Amino acid sequence: MFSTRNFNRSKPVLFILILFPSLLWAYQFVTGNLGVNPIEKLMDELGLMALRLIIITLMITTLSNIKPLKSIVVLRRMIGLFAFYYVCLHFSTYIVLDHFLDMQFIIQDIIKRPFITFGFISFLFLIPLASTSTNNMIKRLGFKLWKKIHYLIYPVAILASMHFYVLVRADKTEPVIYMGIIILLLLHRIFKRLTRPQLAQ
Amino acid sequence: MKILGSEITPYKTYLNRRKFIKGSLASAMLATVTSSAFANHDSDLSIYTKNLNENDKLNSYEEITTYNNFYEFGTHKKHPHLNSGNFKPRPWTIKIDGLVKKPQTFDLEKILSNVTIEDRVYRLRCVEAWSMVIPWQGFQLSELIKMAEPLSSAKYVQFVTVFRPEEMPGQQKRTIIWPYREGLRMDEAMNPLTILATGLYGHEMPNQNGAPIRLVVPWKYGFKSIKSIVEIRFLDTQPETSWETLAPWEYGFYANVNPNVNHPRWSQGTERRIGEFKRRETLMFNGYEKEVAHLYKDLDLTKFY
Repeated sequence: MFSTRNFNRSKPVLFILILFPSLLWAYQFVTGNLGVNPIEKLMDELGLMALRLIIITLMITTLSNIKPLKSIVVLRRMIGLFAFYYVCLHFSTYIVLDHFLDMQFIIQDIIKRPFITFGFISFLFLIPLASTSTNNMIKRLGFKLWKKIHYLIYPVAILASMHFYVLVRADKTEPVIYMGIIILLLLHRIFKRLTRPQLAQ
Repeated sequence: MKILGSEITPYKTYLNRRKFIKGSLASAMLATVTSSAFANHDSDLSIYTKNLNENDKLNSYEEITTYNNFYEFGTHKKHPHLNSGNFKPRPWTIKIDGLVKKPQTFDLEKILSNVTIEDRVYRLRCVEAWSMVIPWQGFQLSELIKMAEPLSSAKYVQFVTVFRPEEMPGQQKRTIIWPYREGLRMDEAMNPLTILATGLYGHEMPNQNGAPIRLVVPWKYGFKSIKSIVEIRFLDTQPETSWETLAPWEYGFYANVNPNVNHPRWSQGTERRIGEFKRRETLMFNGYEKEVAHLYKDLDLTKFY
């Protein structure tokens, strides 16, 4: 049995572990060690990291159903916020480094390229999630409303994986794996929902 | 294939080697080589500089050989460089068939003994909106077509890449329907810009760039420039091409570089020149409008993309 305290204690280590890649890539970018097309590489790495963190937050909820891991849920907020952090870096790399703040071009890109549309909506949906991630906000909104807002993580995850899926030209194995995991996690939630009322009666 | 630092030819050395080979032309160039080797490009002393703009600079050997789309060796840009070490580009033959006087198989050596290898520095524009400037060595495709003696009924040329899954790990997975196929209209194939390249930077063609012989069609997106060719077929109908078969709504047969016709995934209006920070405007026909625009004067390029 892992206690809340165990998980809370692991937080500083996790914090550094999850933060580290972004510092490394920034350092590699500045020193010219991100390969031949560094902007593309930076964008890909940041985006993939964000998608993986989004999936991990979904997994945490599922894992917390297992009795000994019940308290793992205390890690969810931090990882969710890190997902948002990486999405922000990913998006600003696209805006600033890739397109040099050419807003006219960027707006056209968001409207016309489906994969960018998916990614952009996913980013927009993450904003209310990130901005309500404090205890204070939960109190102010009330748990029920707060929870409703946080259901947005499902479209966020689906859109983010579609963003990746459409981007890949030929070998779709990796995005399909991510989509598969997301679908399994969602099915598990639906299954839980369907079985819960019977228990209550 | 691992590239040692010592193998990488800096541009100046490359230029000097060329001079050594082509003595008479070189003596004129020697006088103009100054601290900026690139500046020499603009002095336009030979055929290989004439199609470059003054702000085009050669990409490095490292850039050209470590960032490739060659799905036969894997789908990541670094895969061809990392996974092509076991590929054996010699001996090599090219089968010529279809609408020709006599179908036959040429030894690559025999082909090479009948042509003159020229230097051609071309821009290469990938459909993914990045580009490079590459110094190729090769010869005009038209020379091989003359050797092949196509019938007058031949209107198209199809090219096929080698299929060797044991040497090309990417072919063990069905990402594309192997072998890779490409095609050109006869007049495109005969255009003087269209070459079969056998080397770059004065080196034998590296495996990851399409050893030992590949097509280079500089006014079309990179995927048209098929690599490691083993078969050339002459046809009277437009051949199927790999990317068009895989996703016809994204890739057309013509695939001319065109900033006005967007791809669903990439705007084609701008491009990132590898090694540069800011994007560049993409040029119509990749800047070869003067040489090739006449080929398409009766074609609706938004429909035949």
